[in-house]
Amino acid sequence: MGTEPLEVVKVREKFGEALKEVVYFRGEETLLLEPSGIRSICAFLKSDPEMSFDMLLDITGIHFQEREYSYEVIYLLLSLARKRRLRLRVRLGEEGEIDSVVPVWRTADWHEREAFDLVGIRFKGHPDLRRILMPDDFVGHPLRKDFPLEQ
Amino acid sequence: MHHPEEKIAPDPVMGETVTINMGPSHPSTHGVLRLVVELDGEVVRKVVPHVGYLHRGMEKIAESMTYHQFIPYTDRLDYLAPLSNNVAFVLAVEKLIGLEVPPRCRAIRVICCEIARISAHLLWLGTGALDLGAATVFFHTFREREILYNLIEMITGTRMTTSYPRVGGLARDFPDGLIPQLEEFLKTFPGKVDEYETLLTRNRIWLKRTQNVGKISGADAVDLGLTGPNLRASGVEYDVRKAFPYSGYEQYDFEVPLGAVGDAYDRYLVRVEEMRQSVRILRQAVASLPAGPVNADDPKVVLAPKKKVVTSMEELIHQFIIVTEGFPAPTGEVYHSVEAPKGELGFYVKSEGSKSPYRLKIRSPSFVSLQAVPLMAEGGMVSDLIAVVASLDPVMGEVDR
Repeated sequence: MGTEPLEVVKVREKFGEALKEVVYFRGEETLLLEPSGIRSICAFLKSDPEMSFDMLLDITGIHFQEREYSYEVIYLLLSLARKRRLRLRVRLGEEGEIDSVVPVWRTADWHEREAFDLVGIRFKGHPDLRRILMPDDFVGHPLRKDFPLEQ
Repeated sequence: MHHPEEKIAPDPVMGETVTINMGPSHPSTHGVLRLVVELDGEVVRKVVPHVGYLHRGMEKIAESMTYHQFIPYTDRLDYLAPLSNNVAFVLAVEKLIGLEVPPRCRAIRVICCEIARISAHLLWLGTGALDLGAATVFFHTFREREILYNLIEMITGTRMTTSYPRVGGLARDFPDGLIPQLEEFLKTFPGKVDEYETLLTRNRIWLKRTQNVGKISGADAVDLGLTGPNLRASGVEYDVRKAFPYSGYEQYDFEVPLGAVGDAYDRYLVRVEEMRQSVRILRQAVASLPAGPVNADDPKVVLAPKKKVVTSMEELIHQFIIVTEGFPAPTGEVYHSVEAPKGELGFYVKSEGSKSPYRLKIRSPSFVSLQAVPLMAEGGMVSDLIAVVASLDPVMGEVDR
């Protein structure tokens, strides 16, 4: 594998145990993180001059059945200055709750609303967590694996 | 470039506000965007965008489809640049399965993406100007757009639902006679762009309607996740074609135009210049178009030529399996994005080893752009709200997915 990327070294140095695993696949790196640290790690990755992940491109929610975790939340970061991408992953239990990163990047607002709407993940501290693509009176979260494709 | 003018704040009407719906069916919303607007006289106090009216559950549908079956769905994202979406999706799948395509295929995909960019920008320019009352421009841009749609029809057999690329290649090579017609277009088109500019760039009314309207700073644009021309108009240099080149973009010489203040006028200037730069890329790609096959040599992913299918048992079996069952992708996840006409269009694909994605997430630039509407429009006039939406160039197919 050679030397570790700077992101990995710095996050491990600063947050230690919160970095649980690093996955390399097809030239992309994914950091598996402890969910409780998400907001402070994101704030660090954004503001640290050596990291400068100034843009959040996307947040993806994924639902799982019959595993030790029920949800994954994927954050896709981009550093404009360094032209680097970084993916963060957290795993959540059945409660599906995690701190919102809207205080770090404003763009997270709609992405988190979408992950709430379609997958059912709740973002604590989100300013206005309501459905975005489905109608307000819709029941259920269509991207969950137990939600049938045809209804 | 700019002569900033102080905006004169109109008198509010005695503090009494009216809430109105703009859309979901309104001629200037370019689809089914609904804006709930709180007005104080003609001043916009608050805008709340409501999206989802075109939600078709594409990401859910993808989870029960083979990778090839999903290509036609990508036509229906930004339906004004389907070729660009097709390319973005197949590139993501090729990254996931670790497949390289031949140089000719790469060059053809670049040509397709740039044709898509010009035609998408032509539609934006025509309808955007129409929204602001400059009706003439529409007739000019649609004249050239029609030539491009004829070329797209020659290449793909259809005008809008192109589905031309395949995982590992293309549905077919370029047809005979295409290149001369494309070259003819490239010869005449820059002169046409001059014509559009004659109508707008120094037109006093156009300047009044767009300068200092819907301004967004570079820092705000980054914080709100804007990409593409909307980001670059605010002076932030980020173009996926330059930052993370794909499909051989690093071979072509082109510039990335930037704006100065991030108003509707800058977004106009950036897109107009992008069309000229696309012409540059197209000329180079046409001149250096490599010979050779367009499909990768991977019989388990790429369909064999029909002649072989009907004469060889092995190819027949492969075709049967690819068509009826698809091909499995290794366990893993990738993100691949392209510089689509609207900005960074990315596909996140998570595979658990089966023939369908476990999760497919579409990062659509227009979805993100619309989040900037309140910041750009609040405090301005209601007529400027029309300019803001037009200048952001959203397309609801990819917002709602």
